Amino acid sequence: MSKLPDGRYVDDAPYDPEISIQTLERADMDASNMVLVWRKFRKHKLALVSGLFLLIAYFLIPFAGFIAPYTPNERHSDHLYAPPQSVNWFHEGKFIGPFVYPITSEADLETFQWVFTADETRPMPLEFFCEGGTYNLAGFIKTNRHLFCAPEGATVFLWGSDRLGRDVFSRVSYGAQLSLTVGLIGITVSFTLGITFGSIAGYFGGRIDWVINRVIEILRSLPELPLWLALSAAVPSNWGPVAVFFIISVILGILDWPGLARAVRAKFLSLREEEYVRAAEMMGASSGRVIRKHLLPNFMSHLIASASLSIPAMILGETALSFLGLGLRAPAVSWGVMLNDAQNLASIEIYPWTAIPMLPIIIVVLAFNFLGDGLRDSLDPYTS
Amino acid sequence: MTPLLAVKDLSVGFGKGAAVVRNVSFEVHPGETLALVGESGSGKTVTCRAILRILPKIAQIRTGRVLLNTPEGVVELSTIGDRKLRKIRGDQVAMIFQEPMRSLSPLHRIGNQVGEVLYLHEGASEKQARRAVLETFEQVGFPNPERTYRSYPFELSGGMQQRAMIAMAMIAKPDLLIADEPTTALDVTTQAQVLGLIKDLQRDTGMAMILVTHDLGVVANMADKVVVMHKGRVMESGDAEPVLRAPAHAYTQQLFNAAPTIPAMPQPAPALVGDDLILQLKSVAKTYALRASSMFKPDVLIHAVRGVDLNLPRGKTLAIVGESGSGKTTVARIALGAEPPDPGGEVLFCATPQSEAIAVHGMSKIARRAFQRQAQMVFQDPYSSLSPRMRVQEAMTEPLEIHNIGSRSDQKEKAARLLRQVGLSPDMLLRFPHAFSGGQRQRLSIARALMLEPSLLVCDEPTSALDVSVQEQILTLLENIRDEMNLSYLFISHDLAVVARIADEVAVMRQGLVVEQAPPDTLFYNPKHPYTKALIAAQPTPDIDRPIDLKLVAQGAGDPDTWPEEFRFDKTKMPTLTQLEPGHKVRCYV
Repeated sequence: MSKLPDGRYVDDAPYDPEISIQTLERADMDASNMVLVWRKFRKHKLALVSGLFLLIAYFLIPFAGFIAPYTPNERHSDHLYAPPQSVNWFHEGKFIGPFVYPITSEADLETFQWVFTADETRPMPLEFFCEGGTYNLAGFIKTNRHLFCAPEGATVFLWGSDRLGRDVFSRVSYGAQLSLTVGLIGITVSFTLGITFGSIAGYFGGRIDWVINRVIEILRSLPELPLWLALSAAVPSNWGPVAVFFIISVILGILDWPGLARAVRAKFLSLREEEYVRAAEMMGASSGRVIRKHLLPNFMSHLIASASLSIPAMILGETALSFLGLGLRAPAVSWGVMLNDAQNLASIEIYPWTAIPMLPIIIVVLAFNFLGDGLRDSLDPYTS
Repeated sequence: MTPLLAVKDLSVGFGKGAAVVRNVSFEVHPGETLALVGESGSGKTVTCRAILRILPKIAQIRTGRVLLNTPEGVVELSTIGDRKLRKIRGDQVAMIFQEPMRSLSPLHRIGNQVGEVLYLHEGASEKQARRAVLETFEQVGFPNPERTYRSYPFELSGGMQQRAMIAMAMIAKPDLLIADEPTTALDVTTQAQVLGLIKDLQRDTGMAMILVTHDLGVVANMADKVVVMHKGRVMESGDAEPVLRAPAHAYTQQLFNAAPTIPAMPQPAPALVGDDLILQLKSVAKTYALRASSMFKPDVLIHAVRGVDLNLPRGKTLAIVGESGSGKTTVARIALGAEPPDPGGEVLFCATPQSEAIAVHGMSKIARRAFQRQAQMVFQDPYSSLSPRMRVQEAMTEPLEIHNIGSRSDQKEKAARLLRQVGLSPDMLLRFPHAFSGGQRQRLSIARALMLEPSLLVCDEPTSALDVSVQEQILTLLENIRDEMNLSYLFISHDLAVVARIADEVAVMRQGLVVEQAPPDTLFYNPKHPYTKALIAAQPTPDIDRPIDLKLVAQGAGDPDTWPEEFRFDKTKMPTLTQLEPGHKVRCYV
């Protein structure tokens, strides 16, 4: 700072009037959208952990049979309603690795309940990579290897067993296969419909927009649960479990698309006003090209976020339907089907572990919500 | 004399980053106006927000003190408790923000919002507050204070909203007013009136003011003292007169040279001649139907453009100047075929001197694609005119891809060549647009528009989102390109001074009509129409000897029915555009 005679202050630091137009102003923004979104998403710890958890969960789906010690419909007629067993490591102060105590059941003739007693003198170590019931690994490799199973003469019911003596833990693992994928199939259907109709309405406007909007409003005004019920009741009862599963996911998707179509339409309307879209139109780009090259990529990330927020709704939908006995049917195993067994208040009071399938539902739905939140916050990396 | 406000060695930073305001010091004395001048990113807004501690959460004041001289003695604003600071905000120090629409609550009546300060600071009763508010409304020039008291913000125009904001800031009779770009979002005539108002109020109440602005013209009209900031540092500070007469720092000098001005001694220019017209607009009008509020009422018709005839000779620049809502952008969109004109209007385009003129509206698909190659557009907002997903190369080659021109390597080569032509380096092809500054991005969009080798370029306010020094560079670039490639420009702007240097002919628009048309120098030498006179008078120039003439502004800026008899027009009756001298047309009854 130097002072001029007339009382002015002037900075003395060297100043370069020709600031080069060759230098980048924001070198940190010189990256693709994916990279920028990832950089921002990484700071969202909860969303990151949730995303990782879901990734692992979906990765493990094909290996559910390998992780479960039993097959889903394997019955242990002398262990009905067995309570959860613990896996121990030390027996009388001595380390012998993971083992269980064998349990025996006995009918209590006064209350007509099964009473289980563990024989705490005989630790029986778990077996690993052992042979058990046959299942299809990843759907097509027939095998009977399991990650762990109970030794001969003992059982391993980590989360207890149900009314028919089936292992709840094994059934929860198998149930994940259907419960988690129902959301994916549903969202595919809903996406296809939602994006198609939403983008047509948003891009072309006018009469088409009016018609699509009215259809959306009509669909949204139908009461959801009775409609689900009616649609699933229409599924023929002689269809196999896989067909029923598929049709249920499609039903969920068909009822979900109007919300998505609205979001897509709104986003389209705002993106259409962006000058790069106008510029492309003035260059002579066709509507198809404008939608594909400019509009869709720019809101793909918004779609992913809204998908991660609507998958939990689908999972809950499947659970609700199956819980009411109108969704998937035995012998298919899903979390909703399992909860169907827990409808009876008395059974929850006496055998609380039959309600355990609620836990994975809660955790998965929460994880999706956290993930969706994190994604939504990091979607627009360009605002500072 | 103790200063009213003293900022000493202030440094502010965001998060862990380097400071964005570094060692800024200045003093404001009672009754004085200090202008904080700088371009975007200079830290001027952060500085004035730091005074009242209304910075974003992640910002911290790193060093420095802010001292305010209050009746109870000197208070250090940077350290006092929140409760005490709240007592000072709005009462002793008030603030006006840039966007009046966003600073007023849409759910409350104007009167109640303005009166709130009195409830908070003086515990006024409703009756007292009402009286004080009405008085202030009268002072800030509302024609009908009672009605304004009851209106909601959306019922007022931008200029009136800013008046309401000023009333809100003034009502508690603050000692210091901080005005953060109070007129940047307003039209130039409204700006002149609001500046005049602030000046009057200041004279009447004797308050001091910190005026944040990027416009040296505003400074020359308002300030007693100037602080010029650049990249968070003070470049030059001192009394306004010596700084404006003889800038000592190179940066101030540069700002001065870049500021567009209306020539002080204009000479009449010869009429623009040219029989080889590239673009002809013949009685182009555009009416929009606004859905009526009730189904029993007919739709409301908005006449955006009401019959415009313009001719653009090849190789020349025709500028359309007007305030927001004058219909200038609609004319540009119609000229490019993006919208059809009302029946009866016609746009003719003639690609080469030999070819026949074709009607832009009513072309076949093939003719349309050919037209799109010939006529391109440069947009206003450099931040939204490039898709954030596309690398520069993809964005540049897209027009060629659409029209299937050349092989991939040809396209890339051409993109590199054009980048060099607009002053950028070809190795920027692989970058993403968000890494660039506003000026660089505007260069990119100009280069993209040139990819198809058009003969006509429509520039829709290409510099109004840019800093003054960058604006200057972009205008020079546009001029060079026009001369090198023999382009013709249709140039849309709200700024007469910008247009002055680039245009061969200017059409001044008001309410959908061209009110005066002439080469710029003729227009400045001998403006005939009251609106043109107002526009010229309202233009703030960074020359301390040419203050804004508010009387001229007031005469021409009002509604057309307040104009002198021979210029007056209304919805149905209007004078024709009459040629007064060769190349000078005015809409008046002769």
